[in-house]
Amino acid sequence: METILLITLFVPLLGAIINGVFGSPFKKYAHWVAVPAIGISWLGALYLLKFVMAGNTLNVNLWQWIPVKDFNVHFGLMLDPLSAVMIATVTTVSFFIHIYSIGYMHGDPGYRRYFAYLNLFVFSMLMLVLANNYVLLFVGWEAVGLCSYLLIGFWYEKKSASDAGKKAFIVNRIGDAGFILGIFTMFFAVGAVDYKTVFAAAPQLSAVIVGSITFFLFMGAIGKSAQFPLYVWLPDAMEGPTPVSALIHAATMVTAGVYMVARSSALYSAHGSIANAVASIGAFTAIFAASIALVNDDIKRVLAYSTISQLGYMFIGVGVGAYATGIFHLYTHAFFKALLFLTAGSVMHALHGELNMQKMGGLFKKMPHTGITFIIGALALSGIPPLAGFYSKDSILKEALVRGHTTIWWVGTITAFMTAFYMFRLIFMVFFGEPRDRELYEHAHESPAVMTIPLWILAIGAISAGWVGIGEDASPFFKFLAPSLHYAEHGVHFEPAAWQEWLPLIFGVAGILLAWSMYMKRIPSPVGMARAFKPIYKLLKGKYYVDEIYNIFIVKPIYYLAIILFKLVDRILIDGTVNGVAWVNRATGAVLNKIQTGAVKTYMLWIVFAATLIMWLQLLK
Amino acid sequence: MKLDLLSLVIFFPVIGAIPIFFMSPKNKKMLFDYTLLITLIEFLFSLFLLKDFKFSLYGFQHEHIYQWIPAIGASYHIGIDGMSLILILLTTFLTALGILSSYNYITHKAKEYVIVMLLMETGMIGVFASLDLLLFYLFWELMLIPMYFLIGIWGHERRVYAAFKFVIYTMAGSALLITGILVLYFYNHQQTGIYTFDLLKLYRLNVPYGLAKKLFLAFAIAFAIKVPIFPFHTWLPDAHVEAPTAGSVLLAGVLLKMGIYGFLRFAFPLFPAAALHYAPFFMALGIIGIIYGAFMSWVQKDLKKLVAYSSVAHLGFIVLGIFTFNMYGTQGAIIQMVNHGLSTGALFFIVGMLYERRHTRLIEEFGGLAKVMPVFSTIFGIVMLSSIGLPGLNGFIGEFLVMLGAFKATKVAAFFAVLGIIFAAVYMLTMFQRVVFLKVKEKNLGLPDISLREFFVLAPILVFIFWIGVYPKPYLKMTEPSAHAVIYQIKSAQNADRLKELIKPNEMVSINRRNAR
Repeated sequence: METILLITLFVPLLGAIINGVFGSPFKKYAHWVAVPAIGISWLGALYLLKFVMAGNTLNVNLWQWIPVKDFNVHFGLMLDPLSAVMIATVTTVSFFIHIYSIGYMHGDPGYRRYFAYLNLFVFSMLMLVLANNYVLLFVGWEAVGLCSYLLIGFWYEKKSASDAGKKAFIVNRIGDAGFILGIFTMFFAVGAVDYKTVFAAAPQLSAVIVGSITFFLFMGAIGKSAQFPLYVWLPDAMEGPTPVSALIHAATMVTAGVYMVARSSALYSAHGSIANAVASIGAFTAIFAASIALVNDDIKRVLAYSTISQLGYMFIGVGVGAYATGIFHLYTHAFFKALLFLTAGSVMHALHGELNMQKMGGLFKKMPHTGITFIIGALALSGIPPLAGFYSKDSILKEALVRGHTTIWWVGTITAFMTAFYMFRLIFMVFFGEPRDRELYEHAHESPAVMTIPLWILAIGAISAGWVGIGEDASPFFKFLAPSLHYAEHGVHFEPAAWQEWLPLIFGVAGILLAWSMYMKRIPSPVGMARAFKPIYKLLKGKYYVDEIYNIFIVKPIYYLAIILFKLVDRILIDGTVNGVAWVNRATGAVLNKIQTGAVKTYMLWIVFAATLIMWLQLLK
Repeated sequence: MKLDLLSLVIFFPVIGAIPIFFMSPKNKKMLFDYTLLITLIEFLFSLFLLKDFKFSLYGFQHEHIYQWIPAIGASYHIGIDGMSLILILLTTFLTALGILSSYNYITHKAKEYVIVMLLMETGMIGVFASLDLLLFYLFWELMLIPMYFLIGIWGHERRVYAAFKFVIYTMAGSALLITGILVLYFYNHQQTGIYTFDLLKLYRLNVPYGLAKKLFLAFAIAFAIKVPIFPFHTWLPDAHVEAPTAGSVLLAGVLLKMGIYGFLRFAFPLFPAAALHYAPFFMALGIIGIIYGAFMSWVQKDLKKLVAYSSVAHLGFIVLGIFTFNMYGTQGAIIQMVNHGLSTGALFFIVGMLYERRHTRLIEEFGGLAKVMPVFSTIFGIVMLSSIGLPGLNGFIGEFLVMLGAFKATKVAAFFAVLGIIFAAVYMLTMFQRVVFLKVKEKNLGLPDISLREFFVLAPILVFIFWIGVYPKPYLKMTEPSAHAVIYQIKSAQNADRLKELIKPNEMVSINRRNAR
């Protein structure tokens, strides 16, 4: 079984190496390496899932990685229910994204490079979820950051693309810096960084220590999983090829933070304060990002903000201590979000890369497969039963309520309304109504089968993925995950009223109806609404100006500080002193030249001699 | 007198340089072929040092002592431990690559160039192998002169200024160093009645606290200039920019390490109590170096200057590491010395290759290289990531351990140090974007991708970048006794009551041997 674990993990890496290093003579056939590599990994993951479902786990240390004194990190892997669910989800979604990419990236000059990065991305994520200690997790953690950097900036000739890639890496690094501090705190408190030892020691740690560890680790999660205030890289990440967005949003990157918090459930449930902060930040991010998505006209950016918002839900789940619900939503979200991005990619493919929804319309007739699957994805995202998103979102909100987080529940419920609204605003603008741009519309066409078949398969997932979690704690999904998660005793237990159980769904349906009435019937007309709420509309349209604020108050000041330091300290202060000394030296030399050689070395010798003499005389005293 | 292996490694480059005097200066290719052969044999010899080396043993191996100037108690005393060995290997490795990279770069005075390079190699190895203070000082000075010529003769436009600045700075350091050595030498005579420069004998000397503080500062400033520690760093960007590629590589890869090596081998064990006393101060300087170096790199327009300032940041990490006085920080610092030699060395090679193609180092002149030089750009990318400490590559191991050590010593230090890894990403990625990504400029359109010779300069470095990143254990084990010995000496001094006791390294070695399983 260990061999299968290694195959599952390393075959994608092998694929990346083959394509990356040796692939240039066969660049048109790169997918013949990359797709089977993920295929093998996928089958391996499913096999491992079955193995774990039979009640087994694996924990293997492959080699001693960093041994220094008592700091002893192994290159070690762990397979338990949580990592099994993760690898199965990741490889399943990735596999179909790989197949879809064959069609989408066809003819791109960077075809081979693309598939090499894609394989590397999957490898990094598998590494992240399979590690059995925090330092190795960090390897995967930064490696997915690297892959996102490479893939977001894939079309590197475009300045916006390479800027976005750079931004993703740097913003992630800010979180990573916190994560490292978390590892340090953990190591000096526990004396180890492997999950087993740390989780066993967690209950005995003081509140301050656990608080610091979980706080710092969560900093990493904020960066990686694009939560407020470090979410800014994710909307820009749209610069990458669309299947990459699907990969980043669904499988291989942003979910890492949720996974990490769930993995660290023993720490997060040891003391509640940071966990509450996790839930609050999740809730705030959920509604914050959803509000931006309400007015955005870029089809991919709407989806990007929806991801940020949905990740917020997941953090509500893991933050309130209902870890399984967070992972459940992560798992269902992987299907419908991958589906939504791939369908959006299909739309772009048909419209020659057009992203502006104001130029679309009526496309359903032209591309029925894309249209239907998109609607399925949107219904799932909006939490409409019996689609996947309904069960997972519902269970998160219910758990929040049961554990007494009423405010968070309200925020999540209102967000559900917004989610349904902006998704169906998108659908009505893109697929229905009159075409706004005739020429684009005339040239639109349905995508080839290599792209639509993955859409349908993911659509099936978006419909049915949630069924394994019906009934929550009693369901197979929750029961399966339970051994990996540590639950805290929560003192409060509210029994939600009937209306509270139904409200999120009602809000979701209301959101769809409002979108229909506004964008199909123009009651009230969107333009009128924008005019009526002009300040709010402008604020949302400007995305709360967060990027601008960061730029003015953080990036620019540091940059100018660097320039001032360079000019003032390095050039004038230090160099000035040194050159001054040199000048004095030379001037003295010129004077002494009459009686001396004038060589610097001679002076130095005299200095040495004199200094020695003085110090020696001191000693003799 | 039988020639031992270590002496052979030290002097082989000079011996190998003798036939060059009889070669024709016109046949540049033959000169370089021959020198490359010498440096490769030298690398092989240095690998032989590994053969009988016992990695678990404390103290020095390959130790030899011959009389040199008996009248003043100076001896030819050489010997290496894991730390010296790893640095010697780094030296022979980078020198051979440096010669390989110089075939096209050096256009005039090729004969003198290869002689100077070989002379410098002997000087560098000698520094790492000397166990006698006078011998150490001799080698220390010996390697400065070739570097001065490298910058002054084969440098660029402002080479005279840079070489002069280099000399002023380093001579000031040397003056302090020899003063310190001599005072220690006379103090030892006063105490024991023996004139000796032998390091192992001087280790036993218990220098009174007041004097120790002065002497520590004399040694420390001398080494700080070499490292360089802020604010003694301004010679570095100028020297780097003006030096020819191989000069920059050796300057960054090896010469800067001599400062750190000096702290660990001389300043700490000789004056442990004083080292403890000044530790917070130097840790602060290390942190300033990390952040200041990053800031400086960020605003540079010259590619080579950017890499030079990034060295200030990297060395800041190493300084921070050695002053933590714990295993994590010290081991991290030692492995980071090797890592910095590899990744910054490779970066200088890369800048040199770009310079050979375009005869400019200005960042704005490049752009879009990924399109025209894909293989080169990929290697550049990997080296760049190694430099910013991406996990899985070598840089991470060192930086992580240093920060871990800093966290143990003082948490504040670790907080500032992690800022350094964010800034490192900022300046490196910004540079990389402007050079490798974006639209290709017309004047860069015809640039040839990496040549076979260039590939063989960079590929060996890549091997180590991955190896140390994925499996650093052999390297960490190699330097473990060295790091342990330094910390042991410091910790012994930490207890104020034991300050008055003599710290006898021989006893220490035997204690440690018992402790080491």
